[in-house]
Amino acid sequence: MFRNQYDTDVTTWSPAGRLFQVEYAMEAVKQGSAAIGLRSKTHVVLGCVNKANSELSSHQKKIFKVDDHIGVAIAGLTADGRVLSRYMRNECINYNFTYESPLPVGRLVVQLADKAQVCTQRSWKRPYGVGLLVAGLDESGAHLYYNCPSGNYFEYQAFAIGSRSQAAKTYLERRFENFADSSRDDLVKDALMAIRETLQGETLKSSICTVAVVGVGEPFHILDQETVQQMINAFEIVGEQEGPAAEPDAAAGQEAAAEQGGSTDEGVAPMDI
Amino acid sequence: MQFTASKQPENCLLGPESDSQRTLYPYVTGTSVVALKYKDGILMAADMGGSYGSTLRYKSVERMKPIGKHSLLGASGEISDFQEILKYLDELILYDNMWDDGNSLGPKEVHNYLTRVMYNRRNKFNPLWNSLVLGGVKKGEKYLGTVSMIGVNFEDNHVATGFGNHLARPILRQEWHENLSFEDGVKLLEKCMRVLLYRDRSAINKLQIAKITEEGMTISQPYSLKTYWEFSAFENPTQGAVGSW
Repeated sequence: MFRNQYDTDVTTWSPAGRLFQVEYAMEAVKQGSAAIGLRSKTHVVLGCVNKANSELSSHQKKIFKVDDHIGVAIAGLTADGRVLSRYMRNECINYNFTYESPLPVGRLVVQLADKAQVCTQRSWKRPYGVGLLVAGLDESGAHLYYNCPSGNYFEYQAFAIGSRSQAAKTYLERRFENFADSSRDDLVKDALMAIRETLQGETLKSSICTVAVVGVGEPFHILDQETVQQMINAFEIVGEQEGPAAEPDAAAGQEAAAEQGGSTDEGVAPMDI
Repeated sequence: MQFTASKQPENCLLGPESDSQRTLYPYVTGTSVVALKYKDGILMAADMGGSYGSTLRYKSVERMKPIGKHSLLGASGEISDFQEILKYLDELILYDNMWDDGNSLGPKEVHNYLTRVMYNRRNKFNPLWNSLVLGGVKKGEKYLGTVSMIGVNFEDNHVATGFGNHLARPILRQEWHENLSFEDGVKLLEKCMRVLLYRDRSAINKLQIAKITEEGMTISQPYSLKTYWEFSAFENPTQGAVGSW
């Protein structure tokens, strides 16, 4: 009758040592439309796929500017994402008021993770159902972090979250070694390519994606639709000339692998990624 | 030093405010601090006197302290309030170090923090009775600024508090330049301190000079300046200043 005895509240352990409610929250991140991030030594680029709920509606904003030096891309419950973005904005502005200098990215990420962790240890709370890619620049350089509902956080060279993010991850894994010295424009291009991987056949248009950049001498900002379309046009031409021979079957192979990977993954606690 | 504000009648509208404690005037005070940027960092000078009103009550008060790795704080005014400020800053630096993430508060951050503390206390009508000088070097960037007891703050190439503003700043304006060597910087500070010693009755002839550079900071042992009191102008100081103090 009961599928699972141990998943009705956050604070109850399963005998196998798992917290199912937390895992379900992490599942919510996977349901959300994809968000990706990648960084060089000087720049971080965030990208996301915008999915409208219906033909008649607009899509929800998934990339938020937190401060001049920090921005986030979210996947999962957008409402939770907005709450956390507001928290981050507050922290930044308060730090700036007291010290007249930007809040180090690593510290904001720890504060955010601690906030998420509290929700996994209180019976009257629920974990946040959102994953955040935090892009930022501080005195120690450019950073990309992933914060998840479990309260864990990781620093990445490049990462993707959300639905069909495995395809983007595969693309990024193939190329991340060159990212450290990439130019800003190359990063944006790789971001768009990674986003395209998650679309599975759908054509990449500026209307279904958002790209944002932060870097040395460039405060965090979301690229406007025209610029994004121009960049898509610029590299799709290249793609048509040399792409069709190599890319489609490579991509198809990975997608198949990704789907298989998805199903085999199910036994593992998602905290472990 | 805290003083109890006058007792209000029981039905007064001030409520709990009536028995609040405030600093109404300072008790033990230190006099001027003078500081300047030089080629490699910051130099700061202050004497070690602590005056109880106009009595020179204490003779070895250290009025310059290191704050974290990159900053140096000098204070004039109420000594106990300075000690309170040091307590705040100790906590601030401790929490900063506890992050253990390679980031640290530089002189600019500490200066701004102090500005906020001073102005906030002034808004509670309970100021910390000090003029502070904050100098430091971080990532090759020299920083020198000052905060007053009501939160007025600015940065400059050379700063001074109290009497130093009137007697040392004009000298500094005339003689300071970007490429002062350490020796010339010390000489210039000593010149200022000597003038202050001659003309500021609460200054004493026992001072320290502190240096902060990218490499670190050192605060000198206390020492005295050579003085010469036989100038004719010193013989009858109030002559020609009729009616002044």
